[in-house]
Amino acid sequence: MSTKLKSWGPGLLLISPSLVLMAVFVYGFIGISFQQSMTDSHTAGQATGRAPVSFVGLANYWALLQTPAFQHSLRNLLVFTVVFLLGTLVIGFCWAWVMDRPIRGEGIFRSVYLFPMAVSFVASGVVWKWLLNANQGESASGLNRLFQMLGLDFLQNSWWADATWGILAIALPAIWQLSGYVMALFLAGFRGIPEELREAARVDGATEMQLYRHVIFPQLSPVALSALVIIGHMSLKSFDLIMSIANQSSYSTKVPAIDMYNYATVYDYANSAAVGIILLVLVALAVVPYLWYDARTRKEGR
Amino acid sequence: MKRRTTTRRSSLLVALVATGSLVLSACGGGGDGGSTDGEGGTAAAGGGDASEVQVMTWWAQGSEKAGLEALVEVFNEQHPDTEFVNAALAGGAGSQAKQKLQADLQAGNPPDSFQAHAGAELQDYIDAGQIEDVSALYDEFGLTDVFPDTLMERLTNDGKIYSIPSNIHRSNVVWVNPAVLEEVGIDPSTPPADLDAWMADMQKVADAGKTPVSLGMDWTQTQLLENVLLAELGAEGYNGLWNGDTDWAGGEVNSALTKFGKIVEWSNEDRDGLDWEPALQKVMAGDAAYNVMGDWAVAAYDAQEMTAPDDYAYWPVPGTDGVFNFLADSFTMPVGAAHPGGTKAWLDTISSAEGQLAFNKVKGSIPARTDIEASEFPAYQQSAMEDFSSDTIVSSLAHGAAAPVAVLTAVNQAVVKFSQGASDVDTLQSELVSATEPLAG
Repeated sequence: MSTKLKSWGPGLLLISPSLVLMAVFVYGFIGISFQQSMTDSHTAGQATGRAPVSFVGLANYWALLQTPAFQHSLRNLLVFTVVFLLGTLVIGFCWAWVMDRPIRGEGIFRSVYLFPMAVSFVASGVVWKWLLNANQGESASGLNRLFQMLGLDFLQNSWWADATWGILAIALPAIWQLSGYVMALFLAGFRGIPEELREAARVDGATEMQLYRHVIFPQLSPVALSALVIIGHMSLKSFDLIMSIANQSSYSTKVPAIDMYNYATVYDYANSAAVGIILLVLVALAVVPYLWYDARTRKEGR
Repeated sequence: MKRRTTTRRSSLLVALVATGSLVLSACGGGGDGGSTDGEGGTAAAGGGDASEVQVMTWWAQGSEKAGLEALVEVFNEQHPDTEFVNAALAGGAGSQAKQKLQADLQAGNPPDSFQAHAGAELQDYIDAGQIEDVSALYDEFGLTDVFPDTLMERLTNDGKIYSIPSNIHRSNVVWVNPAVLEEVGIDPSTPPADLDAWMADMQKVADAGKTPVSLGMDWTQTQLLENVLLAELGAEGYNGLWNGDTDWAGGEVNSALTKFGKIVEWSNEDRDGLDWEPALQKVMAGDAAYNVMGDWAVAAYDAQEMTAPDDYAYWPVPGTDGVFNFLADSFTMPVGAAHPGGTKAWLDTISSAEGQLAFNKVKGSIPARTDIEASEFPAYQQSAMEDFSSDTIVSSLAHGAAAPVAVLTAVNQAVVKFSQGASDVDTLQSELVSATEPLAG
């Protein structure tokens, strides 16, 4: 018993502060949010405990999922996530692929592509808000004006104010910002493949195409998977970028995170917490399978 | 081997924790505001720390900031021992400031006084027990006699008054660019007789290839809507929308919404990205003919040294002549404020004749007090003061006078959904019906 304690005691002592903090401030608060989401606390008086609050179970969840407004938010989130993921993965991969060959000034390109990531979502949102101005024709500005000057008038559109596809306009700056990051991930993946492997494949008579298909791509799949998970969960949590381009009332760019904020501002804490928990579940759905897969492959690999 | 698995499992936990924290940062701490309930009850009596006063407003830029500065100047003269701490937050109509304020109030860390629109907007703070009854200060400062009865009526909630107004604004004003109108052959000095005549003029402007109306973000669209409703339903019908006498689902509302839809179609497309000043700027610059905005627009014109009637014209929204769509900025005494003495000093200044004169001269609004000579003010305020004393007074929805914040937020969302083209008139109407349901209860 005492030898056992000696072996893991100090380690446990070392991490115990963070364990306690996490238990209270993360899991404790998840619990409180979940509990809050199952009450009928929808007004200011209830929020401050001056009016009675009662338990309603999962009623808020059913009500939320049935409103067209919230369904619209979920649909926006789906569209945004798919486009954001595809955009960053495709562009990031292409850049990495190009940079994989020895080219002149690689360092400069790498920093140029990575640089947007150094800008905060809020700062880039303010600039993109100006670029994505919805005015067309005589009063156009931003990208619409640029299209006019280039004689591409048919490309003008109302960007994020478009009721159906407005959310795609938000995906533009998001892709712009994170493609460089995905590039860096893939580039590291490319560089991690030893030159000998490629040489060996070439000696065996593989064409460039076959080399990529059978040697390089399989080795890149873990990188692609982590890029997918990282970008995916960032997309699910998007809030700041949307708020700095549009505003909290904009129907076209509404996502669950915005709904959560809106509910909180009118003291509707029950619905706000319910949306928060739904978001948590969505993110967990994206992350947990990855962690599970990762854990399993490592175990098998040993 | 065994150990490996444990670390794997705990790293899974760590990752879960990281993803969950976003949700928490916004949700946590919701229910603990109740602790402020019992304390601070002595503040209204007037004692307490007067070394400083932290005042939260959304007068952070342009003309609004200039008005606040004029007010602070008077405050420093009247209460030299109290230090004024400016806690202003930018964002038209308080769109941002209110979020920050709510967080502070919930955390039991209120400013010493904060700006709020008088009327229904205060309801949430009252229900939440976050602001003090300041009726006693009305007697102490001698305000009961100098504020008009119509105003006192709108300030009183269950026999108690929770805020002191610094000024009165009018929301149903059209700001006109005369040059644009003359260009298309419309006389800018005579306002159209009613909404239909005004819309006929808009059609002329649109035909000439100009933007008839400039619009901004959510609440400016709601402000246009409330004035269209007012023009179509009349003062009595409009008031009925808030007390249940007028049916939101009725045919008159439907025809008003149809006209509103037509006006929105004529407006600039980048509306959702604009605060009120950039939207008004389109009229100032001659890119649009009309803008419906409250009379704080006067201060924006003053700031650019533009004068009526040469550079701009103004009239009540056609069809609302003789009606004063009212809103008032007012200040509160939060429960548990750190410097209640400072709060009292601030409330004294904003309600004093000197304070209201200095502030309203700059801000374009009119004093809430009736004992200030109209001749002290510029031309616009003189006309507004005259109207306020003779017109029918109604409460503005967009500015929190007519309905609580939750209703306003729901209306804003329905209106933006409509203006972005995601709903038609009938859908908008049914969404307005459900948005205003809490008013009945």
